[in-house]
Amino acid sequence: MNIVVLVKLVPDLIEELTIDARGVALDTTWLRLIINEFDDHAIEQGILLKERSGGQLTVVAPDVEGVDDVLYTAAAKGADRLIKLVGDFEGGVNNHALARAFAVVVNELQPNLVLTGVQAHDDLDGPVGPLLAEYLKMPYVGYVAGVTVSDIKTSLRKEYPGGLIAEMEVTLPAVLGIQAAEQPPRYVAVSKVRQAMKTSIIEEQPVPELNPSGGPTVNRMFQPEAAGRATMIEGDVEEIATRLVEILKETGVL
Amino acid sequence: MNQDIYIVIEHLRGQVADISYVMLAAARVLAQGTRGDVVAVLLGHNAQGLANDLAANRVLYLNHPMLADFTSDAYQKVLAGLIGQAVPRAVLFGHTSVGMDVASGISAQLGLPLVSQCYSIRAEGDTLKFVSQICGGKIMAEGDLPGPTVLITVVPGGFKPDQGKSTQSPQVAPVPVPSLEGLRVSLKQYIEPEAGDIDITREPILIAVGRGIQNQDNVELAEELAKALGGVVCASRPVVDQGWLPTTRLVGKSGKTVKPKAYLALGISGAPEHVEGITDSELVIAVNTDPAAPIFDVAKYGAEVDMFDLLPALTEQVKQAKGG
Amino acid sequence: MSTTATNQNPSISNTFYTSLFNVPDGERIRKCLQCGDCSGICPFGYLMVYPPSRMIAFLRAERFNKVLDTDTVWMCVSCYACTTVCPSQIPLTPGLMTRAKEELLLAGNVPTELQSALEFSQRYGNPLGESPRKRADWIKGIEPEVKILGKVRQPVDVLWFVGDYPSYHPRVQLSTKAMTRILNALGVDFGILGPEENSDGDSQRLAGERGLFEMLAEKNGIAFSKYQFNEIITTDPHVFNALKNEYPALGISYPVRHYTQFLTERLDQLKPLLKHEVNARVSYHDPCYLGRANGVYDEPRELLEAISGVELVEMSHNHANSLCCGGGGGGMWLDGFQWEKAHVRLSEWRIHEAITTGADVLAVACPYETPRFEDAVKMVQGAGKLKVKDIAELLTEAMGD
Repeated sequence: MNIVVLVKLVPDLIEELTIDARGVALDTTWLRLIINEFDDHAIEQGILLKERSGGQLTVVAPDVEGVDDVLYTAAAKGADRLIKLVGDFEGGVNNHALARAFAVVVNELQPNLVLTGVQAHDDLDGPVGPLLAEYLKMPYVGYVAGVTVSDIKTSLRKEYPGGLIAEMEVTLPAVLGIQAAEQPPRYVAVSKVRQAMKTSIIEEQPVPELNPSGGPTVNRMFQPEAAGRATMIEGDVEEIATRLVEILKETGVL
Repeated sequence: MNQDIYIVIEHLRGQVADISYVMLAAARVLAQGTRGDVVAVLLGHNAQGLANDLAANRVLYLNHPMLADFTSDAYQKVLAGLIGQAVPRAVLFGHTSVGMDVASGISAQLGLPLVSQCYSIRAEGDTLKFVSQICGGKIMAEGDLPGPTVLITVVPGGFKPDQGKSTQSPQVAPVPVPSLEGLRVSLKQYIEPEAGDIDITREPILIAVGRGIQNQDNVELAEELAKALGGVVCASRPVVDQGWLPTTRLVGKSGKTVKPKAYLALGISGAPEHVEGITDSELVIAVNTDPAAPIFDVAKYGAEVDMFDLLPALTEQVKQAKGG
Repeated sequence: MSTTATNQNPSISNTFYTSLFNVPDGERIRKCLQCGDCSGICPFGYLMVYPPSRMIAFLRAERFNKVLDTDTVWMCVSCYACTTVCPSQIPLTPGLMTRAKEELLLAGNVPTELQSALEFSQRYGNPLGESPRKRADWIKGIEPEVKILGKVRQPVDVLWFVGDYPSYHPRVQLSTKAMTRILNALGVDFGILGPEENSDGDSQRLAGERGLFEMLAEKNGIAFSKYQFNEIITTDPHVFNALKNEYPALGISYPVRHYTQFLTERLDQLKPLLKHEVNARVSYHDPCYLGRANGVYDEPRELLEAISGVELVEMSHNHANSLCCGGGGGGMWLDGFQWEKAHVRLSEWRIHEAITTGADVLAVACPYETPRFEDAVKMVQGAGKLKVKDIAELLTEAMGD
């Protein structure tokens, strides 16, 4: 089994996010980039499949701050090959550009299965996975929470709201958008990652040109009104209940 | 090419999903700006009944056994063909397990721009504008909707589903379905969630109870509200320790991190060990008799009232709002 | 009839056994008498499938792999009770228990809650998952302004290593602020590292993450080397333990004291400031890493006795046989896991003891304890009125406004 996992790094929401001086993008001064949580699940799912049926696992990521650590951690977990896409990624690229860049590498690797996170919180032009699938002319299924590969077929579990699962079959090669791996991403000791830093090699793949066409242009980026202390609802019990029902309706909950 | 706004209707097991109505509401706003029609696109099998309350000018109905249930390959093939021919001003998809599977693929296939996580759209003169919600709702990105055709995935919250419903059934026009040979994705079966095996991390509405609930019997009151809202009860540490709810319902450091649309915290003080499990909640409402309870620092709305007085009243009003 | 002992993966047992000799005094494990004192005094020994003495038995029988197949080693809170009573003076806690946890961790056998704390420590330099940039936010509003060394760039007399929970946890921040008041009242020239400070790493080390500990220590070492100061003080016994006993082996060596030692030295100066009476029966809880692990028992008591109105009563477990609050060795982040197995908390046992002495206040001197004991007070019947206070908070109470 030849599996490729595509990873992107996204802003860490623990840190305060601020808008840059031009008002159209995030200020990168204090921005910390971390692995997209769903891509972490994709790596875990890839490792699980490799542990079950053998084969090779390659992890590919764009060259942004923090990518080396992400790749070495993947190696420490069991990834065989690490590929870093080197290009003009620092300013931020949209998913159309990233998907096109990934497509070039994946075409060369000729995998049976491509895994990536179903989405990332900074996706403004759709998630990477299905874009990539189309560029490669492969089928795509998203919100996958379980994959079984046998000689004859590949079945997967697709999640719908409310816990409903659809069991589907897909022909390989295919791209799957992982919602959750079959077990949470495993812990890997710091000493193992440090070991991987000494023994693993990160291959660099140059991306001469990035083509972002297909994504929107942002004229303005802003933060919604800052939350402070709770707005207290006054009145007697019935009045409070009425106001709460109103709020629930306004926010689309009711 | 036209100025119509297309919506891809999402339905699952015979029911139109709420997001479809949200999209219809959004489409109506856009269509007023473009002066085009709101056109609902319904893919299914013997599913015309689902079109009855859609607030659309007309419905394009593509009927085929292979479209009875959603599969990405079949839907993308059919929709790409339809959109490629019609070239509407915009096509709305849900930012869901259905919409997200096909919107990007169509964008790549037809070379059409795509805007996702879209919270609201509006027309300003001749320009159509979008506002998308990214980074867990912390950042809003605004821009113009590119032309001549743009694909949009819509998240709930910006428009009310009621605005997408109609009492007059729209006109349903059957559209021939292209050949569906060589599909690469097929549905084998649906698997229902096990009763009682609730995963609170996937629930959009959570009613959380803390020490204030005082005993096991009172948990029942919270269950009633949860049922009325279509949500699920979860808890902070002391409740689970007492065995009043199973550990699978625990929210916080020793339990689960949840990202619901709404989190109603009843009698919960808001200690950091609990709060860290709810920081990604969209809306937190806290009810606590202690005005100094730290939960009020993380909640958006609060009420300093006894939850035992509030629960019956709230449950009743919610039932009325839903049923009435 | 043959009675061949089964050879169950002897290599794992052998490698593990020899690795223990690298721990200071580790070769004493050869002298284990199998007396069982360690397992007996272990607060969770009764729940472990392999309590310490049994671990050693299986190690010697070359069947250690069986021990590593279970997860009960995670019940160990690194309280040092076993190490203290062992007649052969085997370094059970830092050696055997920590090494066993290391093996489990390397195999990926980690309870989820602990995993998060370790991943946060790696990414943010603290186990709570808070932004490192906010590590000194607690100083807001305090006058005179607390000196952050990276900003003031002057030498100071004392570097106060604040620690994770004292920096970030809202309840513990109150003790941190109390400490600031005391230092200012005494005219101590002190500074803090602020955002440059990383977790001391000691609890992570004891939870089996040696690599993480070294990484955090390296970062702190670099921060220390940038500034000039004469000594380090801390309110956190885990920081105290790490800086005093573990960091020197990594080449990072500075004089360090727990705040109770620092203040007792200045009692002549402090006592006149304690103008108000605090009328309370107070029981002092000896923290594991101040008491058993480092032999500091008297200074905290001296400080409490300096407050007029305080009646000091000892709980039945005190000084060297104090009962652990359950927070050490990763215990702070294993609450769910340990609760599932035990359905009782060590902190709750301690509250029972405090109530028995008729105490009004349970005095503590470790940042893990205030939140742990306050949570336990909520759970224990009849404990409603018991207050939990850090010694620093009692001192400021005595200082008045």
